[in-house]
Amino acid sequence: MQGPLIDTLARQGITRRTFLKYCATLASMMALPPSAGLAMAEALAATRRPSVIWLPFQECTGCTESITRSHSPTLEAMIFDMISLDYQETLMAAAGFQAEEALHNAMKDNMGKYLLIVDGSIPLGLDGAYSCIGGRSNLEILKEAAEGAAAIIAMGSCASFGGIPKANPNPTGAVSVSDIFTDKPIVNIPGCPPIPAVITGVLAHYLTFGTLPELDDKKRPKAFYGETIHDRCYRRPFYDQGKFAKTFDDEGARRGWCLFELGCKGPVTYNACATEKWNGGTSWPVESGHGCLGCSEPDFWDGGGFYKALSMPADPLKIGAVAAVVGAAVGVGVSVVNRVKKGAAKSAHETTDLADLEK
Amino acid sequence: MMNDLQFLTWVRGPGLDIAIGIFLLGVLWRLFEIYSLGRKPDLSAPRHASGASGLHTVFRRSLPPPGMLKRSPVSYIGGYVFHFGLAVVVFLFAPHILLITNLTGLSWPGLPSQFVDLAAVVTMAAMVVVLADRINKPAKRFLSTFEDWFTWAVTFLPVLTGWMAVQHLLLPYTLMLAIHILSVEILLVVLPFTKLFHAFTLFGSRWYNGRVNGHKGVPV
Repeated sequence: MQGPLIDTLARQGITRRTFLKYCATLASMMALPPSAGLAMAEALAATRRPSVIWLPFQECTGCTESITRSHSPTLEAMIFDMISLDYQETLMAAAGFQAEEALHNAMKDNMGKYLLIVDGSIPLGLDGAYSCIGGRSNLEILKEAAEGAAAIIAMGSCASFGGIPKANPNPTGAVSVSDIFTDKPIVNIPGCPPIPAVITGVLAHYLTFGTLPELDDKKRPKAFYGETIHDRCYRRPFYDQGKFAKTFDDEGARRGWCLFELGCKGPVTYNACATEKWNGGTSWPVESGHGCLGCSEPDFWDGGGFYKALSMPADPLKIGAVAAVVGAAVGVGVSVVNRVKKGAAKSAHETTDLADLEK
Repeated sequence: MMNDLQFLTWVRGPGLDIAIGIFLLGVLWRLFEIYSLGRKPDLSAPRHASGASGLHTVFRRSLPPPGMLKRSPVSYIGGYVFHFGLAVVVFLFAPHILLITNLTGLSWPGLPSQFVDLAAVVTMAAMVVVLADRINKPAKRFLSTFEDWFTWAVTFLPVLTGWMAVQHLLLPYTLMLAIHILSVEILLVVLPFTKLFHAFTLFGSRWYNGRVNGHKGVPV
């Protein structure tokens, strides 16, 4: 633990004014009232850096890549100075027993107060043997670390929903963090990878108010996951006008028309890409000409194909032709039966009365 | 327990497959059955009268007979509005056209989604008015069976859920879209086996009636 953050920032040449601006931006991004910016600045400035433990499980390190690379060297990198990142396998200098010691010290010293960030899914198959660190299964490590955590932040789609490891047929028996714990405060920050500003926003909210931000039914912060990509997409007017790119290099694609027909999952994807964008606000997938894959939604990998429009069948129809033939055969069969009955009635000189017509 | 996206993927995949399968089976079955019934040939000499033929009746029955529009305006105007509205919503909304193109290869231009949205609202309003009329008019109510209420509901639900999905009402879009597609699948499954089959038999039966009466020299 070091001194207050504002001192650290001052030493790094960050003025109070710059810091206030950053907090105001963060507050407005999270749809908090203007006064929250100041409150945030005061709380963050005075805060003593809380311990954060970051555990990687079945993951690709994309979440870490996203957060580290896209920040540096902006002020968002500074926000990371607000926390004491005591264990992060990719970023920490320590290795082996030293690293394990850092983890256990952090847990012991900050019992009940540290934030636990998890990226990657947790395999339950073969007693967790699919993914082990230091000879211990992911599940065992997670349960131990979760014990003294104030809250768990599930970073990325794998930790939030199981992600790609959980994709059909899920060979490792992968599950999400919230599949394991029901009695812990959990924030899901899905995305493959998630947007860096989202994690800093959630951290700042926690440091300022001492609580987690308002979450939706999938435990995602509403401020960032409250609206679909489609609803905030700058190409939305083209959707409404019925102007669609039909291929990736046709006239429509060059004119920047809607990518719905090329399989964009924007309408069913709740995320902030359309507003926050990526790489310091440079661009985002739809702006670069590719439809949204829906990477922040549960089971997006098995959502019926990335290049099939939402209104198209997810699988090719299999029984249509057979059903048509069966239907025609049944129809012909019933016709023959009807004709035979009619013929029999005719030769037997049967009469018809009103009651027959009511049948 | 399925999540929203899994539910949506199911209704877009296996659900759609099953629904279209039952729809095709039912439609072909009933078309064969109905058109093979046949009638005894009328051996009398045909009487000719102007306007008495199958084709005339097909068109004439689309217009109210003299005086009927005044006696039953809701049936005619409401009926027209909701049938045309349904056609606009079903066949001229871009995502719907995309589905039909994918299934059949046929394609045509769509309308702006705001216009389709308006059409959906008008369609629902007309359907509600027609339903209220059916409830209020003693004769209509007396003639109504469970099938009438049921077919109204399975026709109304796809429009309502589709509109609610687009407007983001009540439920998250993903779930509402899945419910919308499911409601359409229910419609597809029941269509061949209820009076909704008039979508296929309407013009055939008009032509039949017109033809039979035309032979007798009666324009109906």
